[in-house]
Amino acid sequence: MLVSLILAKLISHLGFMDVKVKTDDLSAKETAFNNSIKDGKVIEPKDWMPEKYRKQLLRMMSQHAHSEVVGMLPEGNWITRAPSLARKAILIAKVQDEAGHGLYIYSAAETLGMDRSEMVDQLLSGKAKYSSIFNYPTLTWADIGAIGWLVDGAAIVNQTVLAKCSYGPYSRAMLRICREENFHNKQGYQILAFLMRGTKEQKEMAQDAMNRWWWPSLMMFGPSDKDSPNSADLLKWKVKLYTNDDLRQRFIDRTVEQAEAIGLKVPDDKLKWNEESRHYDFGEINWEEFFQVINGNGPCNKLRLKQRNDAHSNGQWVREAAKAYSEKRKAN
Amino acid sequence: MNSNHQWPTWEVFTQKKQGAAHEHAGSVHAPDAEMALLNARDVYGRRQEGVNIWVVPTNAIIASTPEDVGAFFDPANDKMYRSPNFFKTADGLKTI
Amino acid sequence: MTELNIALIEYCLRIADNSLIHAQRIADWTGHGPILEEDIAMSNVSLDLLGQARGFYTYASQLEGNGKSEDFYAFHRGERDFRNRLMVEQPDLKDFGFTMMKLFLNGCFDYLFFRDLMKSRDETISGLAAKSIKEVTYHVRHAGDWVVRLGDGTEESHQRIQKSLNELWPFTNELFEQNEVDELLIQNGAAFNKKELKVEWDAMVNEIITKATLIIPSDKIYFHSGGINGVHSEHLGFLLAEMQYLPRMYPDAIW
Repeated sequence: MLVSLILAKLISHLGFMDVKVKTDDLSAKETAFNNSIKDGKVIEPKDWMPEKYRKQLLRMMSQHAHSEVVGMLPEGNWITRAPSLARKAILIAKVQDEAGHGLYIYSAAETLGMDRSEMVDQLLSGKAKYSSIFNYPTLTWADIGAIGWLVDGAAIVNQTVLAKCSYGPYSRAMLRICREENFHNKQGYQILAFLMRGTKEQKEMAQDAMNRWWWPSLMMFGPSDKDSPNSADLLKWKVKLYTNDDLRQRFIDRTVEQAEAIGLKVPDDKLKWNEESRHYDFGEINWEEFFQVINGNGPCNKLRLKQRNDAHSNGQWVREAAKAYSEKRKAN
Repeated sequence: MNSNHQWPTWEVFTQKKQGAAHEHAGSVHAPDAEMALLNARDVYGRRQEGVNIWVVPTNAIIASTPEDVGAFFDPANDKMYRSPNFFKTADGLKTI
Repeated sequence: MTELNIALIEYCLRIADNSLIHAQRIADWTGHGPILEEDIAMSNVSLDLLGQARGFYTYASQLEGNGKSEDFYAFHRGERDFRNRLMVEQPDLKDFGFTMMKLFLNGCFDYLFFRDLMKSRDETISGLAAKSIKEVTYHVRHAGDWVVRLGDGTEESHQRIQKSLNELWPFTNELFEQNEVDELLIQNGAAFNKKELKVEWDAMVNEIITKATLIIPSDKIYFHSGGINGVHSEHLGFLLAEMQYLPRMYPDAIW
């Protein structure tokens, strides 16, 4: 009893102090926050965080989740047409994982105070962005290989780093996702490896997919950091740990070797190993195309959004019925 | 667009093997407990990840706050005698 | 080849075809479900069914013993060769209730069917049945749960799921259809009389349908059949055209 009285007094006293020093407290809090991140502290949902940190994270995480969900569409296309039962099973499991990844990241984002409903609405209305790679069409079976190998390969480079980011729920979601993503990467590479061992038509199919997916995969890392408006803050807060260019280079360095191992040619005349920098030099990325696709003018932007909206509206009566049913049960 | 069309969230805890403690796996959305359980099974049991699942409404979980850290946990800092490693015993004994 | 083996192959293909065509339909939901959780659940169901199909195709190919693979049966046979029941090939047209009702009606049957088949004298068949029944048990629970929710949910969902039930009911007699293949296998203790499952199936279905406040259509309607002889609805041809096109287009290719 006595203890709780003292505690109550203490708390009200602290509360009073809180009001009094509010203005300069904010910058003090922010400095403390920045320092604790510098010291490697992981931020949890209930910890104090600058509003801008919360906003940037929400933007990044919801975009990431949307990308997983929209990413199901180009690959899902080929589930009914997969050329063997084994490939069909692998592809279903793979696309299913993307749904799982979307779900994990939405959940992690929800800890920042935004409902999944709101995030989904932002996606459906076209307000929210998602990875522009998914606005390219999957035209042949080899594209399924290219997506697993290149697109998921690029995602792994990104996500392995994100698993060490400063926000706990995001980093934990990434750990789980990275474990699953390696399967995606390998199955994609295997599809292409099989095609490259196959008939003339199969080889052509594989190289054609390589030609179409290589450059968009490089664009996945985003524009060069000098043109990327949010990079500085994100790096300071360890929401990002490396620059877009660093990660792109890392992806190229590990992927070129894999391409050569199965006889695929990287569609870049300027690609060359640089003995001095110990990295590959590569050609100019067509950023004009990147911005066009991001701004809605890619080959499949409208289709992807329509497919998401159709699924959502076709499912509305189902979601409502499930809710109505459980509310009736609660009432009884 | 109608808001809140995604159902409430539930926290999922999975038990990896018989006898192990349940661990937090993640969350799912569901209108009620039965569907939360089914969804948890489908989302968090894809890779032979467990033998048992708990689901708990997210809002039923009461968490301590970061401000509680001092009062809740620091007092344990000077009580190292709770750890068996605190005690130096004679060398060579197998049972203590 | 013995008469018994010929019958066993035919029997395995029926089960495998049914699971494969059903899996193909359900896989259509991956990426298009009413809510993310359900995309994942439907993918699981599809993978279970696909696994069943592969198991029974593989056994058929072993019995046939001429180097045919599971993929031969799936991709290189035509409309008249497939032995699946007509119900599973019906298009779902993005009506989630229709899919759930189909999964439920089929699942109740498959549950009873595999339960019996676990006692088959053929050890491979009993083994495959033992694996399948666990999966089907979950399908029935999941789909049954949805049938009840949709039936006893909103006015709209009630009407829609009742319509699905009405549309699917004429395909239910086919579940219990059998011919001389079954007779031979029943004599040999490899299979069991499907007609004897009807009473239990009715009870299982009735329990959920009643809970869902739905009404089972009259038995005086005309029932479809034909799958057992490879006489299908028009929908199967389109499904196969899509599913088989790559292996048909590149017959020499390995994927």
